[in-house]
Amino acid sequence: MNAERIRSWRRGATGIVVVAALYEIVARSGAFAPALMPSLTDVAQTFVGMLADGSMLGHAAATLYRVLFGFSFAVLTGLIVGVLMGRFRPVEQFVLPLASALMPIPSLAWVPVFILWFGLGNTVTVLIVFYAALFPMLLNTWSGVRAVNPIWLRAAGAMGATERKLFWKVIVPGASPFIIAGLRQSFLRAWIAVIGAEMLAASDWGLGWVIFDAKQFLNADVMLASIVVIGLIGFFTERLVFGSLERATIYRWGMARMAKG
Amino acid sequence: MANVAQTYDIAPQPAAARGVLQLVLRNALPFVVVGAIWEAVAHLGLFPAQFFPTLEAIGATFVRLTASGVLPHHALDTVLRLLAGFALAAAFGVAVGVLMGRFRAAEDYLLPLVAIGAPIPGLAYAPLFLLWFGPGNVPSVLLVAFVSAFPIVYNSWTGVKAVKEIWLRSAQAMGADDRRLFRHVILPGALPYIMTGLRLGLAQAWRILVAVEMLASVPWGLGWLIFGAQEFLNTDVMLAGIAVIAAIGLALEKLVFAKLETYTVVRWGMVTT
Repeated sequence: MNAERIRSWRRGATGIVVVAALYEIVARSGAFAPALMPSLTDVAQTFVGMLADGSMLGHAAATLYRVLFGFSFAVLTGLIVGVLMGRFRPVEQFVLPLASALMPIPSLAWVPVFILWFGLGNTVTVLIVFYAALFPMLLNTWSGVRAVNPIWLRAAGAMGATERKLFWKVIVPGASPFIIAGLRQSFLRAWIAVIGAEMLAASDWGLGWVIFDAKQFLNADVMLASIVVIGLIGFFTERLVFGSLERATIYRWGMARMAKG
Repeated sequence: MANVAQTYDIAPQPAAARGVLQLVLRNALPFVVVGAIWEAVAHLGLFPAQFFPTLEAIGATFVRLTASGVLPHHALDTVLRLLAGFALAAAFGVAVGVLMGRFRAAEDYLLPLVAIGAPIPGLAYAPLFLLWFGPGNVPSVLLVAFVSAFPIVYNSWTGVKAVKEIWLRSAQAMGADDRRLFRHVILPGALPYIMTGLRLGLAQAWRILVAVEMLASVPWGLGWLIFGAQEFLNTDVMLAGIAVIAAIGLALEKLVFAKLETYTVVRWGMVTT
């Protein structure tokens, strides 16, 4: 088993090295202009340079600020409305048709409309992120609350739990696997939306903006360096933030089991 | 308790027809309320009509653009681009995913590459693709294909790995050769996952296509229509375009995939509805 594991690792590393080497050969062969296809060393140099002069951090901070702002609003709204939908039928009957009509519209389709309404700048991006992140949160919370086993509710009710205790001790933990899945999906969508919105509603900071702006000056190295940062932030939020959130809540409460291996 | 009649199904027949009507009314109500609020705000003149057109104005624009064939042309080009990109991604993604599921070596070599590529939002590559392939159809279709390929590869791979060992062994024991094994056991067994992958891939492709059209300055397409209308402050054109986008999105979800699933995996009894 162990030897097999090592072979997997070796092969995986070989795959990555071969692809990188192929890229490097094509980039250095001069078949394409270096401005369009910079060598990996150039990309690395640009990356380090942007880190050193602080511009990369500035862009990342601007993007993170926008995404967290929009995402938090979406999560809050989604949670509240989702719980209300799950608990009260009239709310469900009112919100659900609207949500299913709005959901298939890609959030980025609203960018031009929002630019007209709110002008260029942060508001547009934050609202687009909100739109993108809202629906997964809303629908997951709603299904989560509905999926809470009615026996638990009755048992807690029979033992004299008040409405408030019922909510915090039964409904929230019971719906938590769905809610956390919703958080994950919402963040994924928010992360895509923020990049797209920054490209379209250009401001002067932000990872999406810097990629789009680099096109004008044929700075493919800046683009690739920023793409790496975008990938890294996305990857670490997914793994670290949501991973530890899951471990601290639903795994600990025994609501879901960790996948083996 | 009205619920009791429903649960025990003792309601008389005419109630069913009334139930359908009630359902339609209930679903229409939220739209009527939101529409009325919109109309009230638009007619009050709080905002300039150019930015906040009335529903009649949006409807009139919709009819005008549809009659002149402009809107259908935009919609057709968007759908064609979506289908072209998605077809590329489906062919390539299922092939790679199945290879990865079947052969250990393919899995070992390719999985790290897929894992590195997957967390990067595809839209981030858009300017790079535009730089490499110039503006127009080529980068849009390629980008759509690239983005939707990841969930397809991933789910096809998982699906092939999820085929029960016992099905493989019993088919082999009954003398199935590799080809039959693949055609009659692995493919149907993996299909529910592959369908999920295709559905996710199409949804992702749809979500970024409109934005890609805005960035790639293609001559026709709903994304471009909306983006271009911004320059002339034609909010009515934008909202008419968004309505078409919503209709296409809904149709993709309800018609294409719901149908495909009933014809394949549900009919084969792989999943129940």
